Amino acid sequence: MSTAPVELDRPDAAEDVRSDRPWVSIVWNDPINLMSYVTYVFQTVFGYSKMKAEKLMLDVHHKGRAVVSSGTREEMERDCEILHSYGLWATVRQDV
Amino acid sequence: MNTWFTRVHGGGVRLRMTREEASVIQALVTQLLDLLGGPASGPRDDGLPNLSFSENTTVSDDPVLARLFPDAYRDDGAASAEFRRYTEAGLRDGKRAAAQLVLDTLGDGGEILLDDEQAQVWLRTLNDLRLALGTRLGITEETLEGIRRLDWNDPRTAPFAAYDWLTYLQEDLVRALW
Repeated sequence: MSTAPVELDRPDAAEDVRSDRPWVSIVWNDPINLMSYVTYVFQTVFGYSKMKAEKLMLDVHHKGRAVVSSGTREEMERDCEILHSYGLWATVRQDV
Repeated sequence: MNTWFTRVHGGGVRLRMTREEASVIQALVTQLLDLLGGPASGPRDDGLPNLSFSENTTVSDDPVLARLFPDAYRDDGAASAEFRRYTEAGLRDGKRAAAQLVLDTLGDGGEILLDDEQAQVWLRTLNDLRLALGTRLGITEETLEGIRRLDWNDPRTAPFAAYDWLTYLQEDLVRALW
């Protein structure tokens, strides 16, 4: 597994959903937010690489939603609040 | 295509905007401020800090406010209400302060130098404007296709044109910040 240099210390949402960290934040598709902006927000908020941010954005766009981060409930509510401050349509739920 | 935002070597973003363009932004941001309402956390009489808890715990009936402050839980009304109690006032204050910064830095247009933080604030406010206008106009993925083909006599042309222009503007700022 390669590590992109711009990727910071945030856990990888797709690979770090462990049973002891069972909460996720989800971003939902909407017809207004720009694809470029959503990608930019994922990079800025989570420190994700551009490649990873673009993949998540495309998941949101094509599948209607994507899990964008995982962690404790408090962490996910914090992420959700930050995403709302950027105008993204984000929710929190316990991972199944 | 027009360019409004240019990355400045060494940091920040330069914005060039005509007086007419600036007046459109001023009018829209002023409407956004009206929509966001008065400050939720102004100075208190007793000198204590205001903790910005919101008394409101349900999603707004106004679709624009509902879009700006959505529920954080899809199937848990109590958890959504609790989240809203702790976050909405702060989010609202943040959006209001951001909108005010846009007005303050914009002035009557011309050439404006924004530092990186101010450029981020502009980006979020442009997005809030598009969310507000787009929700009001009932934008869907399908209507997007039709916007540019509207008849000039269609009364929706002006707001759709404003929405379209904001889209170019925001896209331009994302490009400048990348």
